[in-house]
Amino acid sequence: MKTENNGAADKYRKRFAVIGFAFILVFFSAFLVGRYSVSLSGLFRSLVYLLPFHSQEIVGTESTVVILIRLPRILAAGLIGAALSTAGLSYQGMFRNPMVSPDILGASTGAGFGAALSILLGFGYFGITLTAFVFGLSAVLLACLVSRLSRLNATLALILGGIMISSLFSAGTSFIKLIADTQDQLPAITYWLMGSLTSIRQTDLPFIAIPIGIGLLPLFFLRWRINLLTMGEDEAKSMGIHTGRLRLVVIICATLMTAASVAVSGMIGWVGLVIPHFSRMIFGYDYRRLIPASALMGGVFLIVVDNIARTVLTSEIPLGILTSFVGAPVFIYLILTGGEDREH
Amino acid sequence: MSIKIENLSVSYGNHDVLKDVSFSALEGDCVAVLGPNGVGKSTLFRCILGFLKAQSGEIFFGGKKMECLSRAETARHVAYIPQFAEPVFNYTVLDTVLMGVTNRLPMLRGPGPEHTKKAMEILEQLGIGHLSHRGTGKISGGERQLALLARALIQDAQVLVMDEPTANLDYGNRSRVMERIGELGKQGYTVIFSTHEPNQAFHYANKVIALKDGEILTGGKPKEVLTGKVLSELYGIGVHVGTVSAGENEYLVSLPFEDAGKTKERIGQL
Repeated sequence: MKTENNGAADKYRKRFAVIGFAFILVFFSAFLVGRYSVSLSGLFRSLVYLLPFHSQEIVGTESTVVILIRLPRILAAGLIGAALSTAGLSYQGMFRNPMVSPDILGASTGAGFGAALSILLGFGYFGITLTAFVFGLSAVLLACLVSRLSRLNATLALILGGIMISSLFSAGTSFIKLIADTQDQLPAITYWLMGSLTSIRQTDLPFIAIPIGIGLLPLFFLRWRINLLTMGEDEAKSMGIHTGRLRLVVIICATLMTAASVAVSGMIGWVGLVIPHFSRMIFGYDYRRLIPASALMGGVFLIVVDNIARTVLTSEIPLGILTSFVGAPVFIYLILTGGEDREH
Repeated sequence: MSIKIENLSVSYGNHDVLKDVSFSALEGDCVAVLGPNGVGKSTLFRCILGFLKAQSGEIFFGGKKMECLSRAETARHVAYIPQFAEPVFNYTVLDTVLMGVTNRLPMLRGPGPEHTKKAMEILEQLGIGHLSHRGTGKISGGERQLALLARALIQDAQVLVMDEPTANLDYGNRSRVMERIGELGKQGYTVIFSTHEPNQAFHYANKVIALKDGEILTGGKPKEVLTGKVLSELYGIGVHVGTVSAGENEYLVSLPFEDAGKTKERIGQL
């Protein structure tokens, strides 16, 4: 039996190695993709600028493209992909429902409303991001408040609260679109809502990395305990888990990551739903493996999709459209094949 | 470890669910809780497991007041085996069992190889070691209940609470699971299980508590207190209790009846 345990561990170790290698490959090859062609040698020459002892100013178009334009964008895609898929995965465990997405409590629609409002009010890029983030958090806070005040079962009340608050913010966004200036504001809002990483600059990175880091780390360290949440309230409690506290941590972390992602990139659907399913197919159900696997696979997925977004047509395709194009067929395939249960 | 319940009362709004319930179970006792649906069995279990705070009354584990115990400490005293239900996520049997060690782990750690070894030993004892890497959604209901039993055993709690552990199981699986539960009492665990099947109380329990309208109708040794009259009063139907012989042994059994004569006839045919 020990051999069987070791065999399973070996199998998953190899799979992690493959995904880790895929991440590195996709990460570096993404620098070579785009309208301005970058050579492999040019890439490495440019990346030298990132070394700590290298304080020289960036010289040459190639290095400028690599360091100032593509690096922030690739890092953002990787981080946002990791964040959305981990947030979706955590919510799925907490709500014991594999069909849940990171928007379940309204973080994305709240952020969408915030962005639309700030575009209407003529805010700059930073103002839009900040307002979107604040409204994303507020939406989830309101859903939690509804659940707190409700007499229904806490989980049911939270989900219903999330749906209602989402619906309110969604109606708010539609209203803003209705009264927005059709020449500038409406196209800007529409494009923002479809999701894109076009305008990411180096200065945006801390705004993405810090909340995502703050959200990702606790989930990573508490990943064994999230397994117990999937067993339901009573069973988790009977095994010594403070379910209320753990749920709160999961909600705060997943919301921080979702709101920060949506605030910077706009609405990017499907990542938080499809990637956790894929991770389960490859790594089983244990959150000790699922959290790092989902983060890695989400990162790879969004970097690849972003590569497609900026190369296929002369103008960029919004990410939200592409993730739906990829996500929906993949999901149909999973439904038809019953995907995740084949191995056990 | 003994468990003592003193004057437990619970009400939801104006509705009294448990009224002044008191009983105790010693180490090695296997207690069956009988009673019709909605009589307060699950509420009683929720109190014992610490999910629900009673309006009045006390629960003691080996002399320690339950309200003084933290959630993790409670989990070291009492473990829970729920009713059979299809799992939402298809965890392997081994992973499911390992969840039981969580209350002894530091907050940020998962189980290690020593826990895996212990989990495998328990699974072997229960006769399902060969299923350790199968998904809990892909094994029979009885095997899944045994996996949950293994999870409760690795928790190292001495009091085991089981809410209708054989509900929704077929005849064979019901017997397999109940045999294991009966053995746990002999191993020194204090087992409290609810059931809708009085025969399980006769065969596997050494104590019985019959709940009616939130109160204890009767309690004691099953063969002394579970008479046809008591069971009839409990369930509102006619119940006959008699003995049947199988091999050299005689067993007490209960049979519901609409007509006393017909039931006697059936018993005679057994």
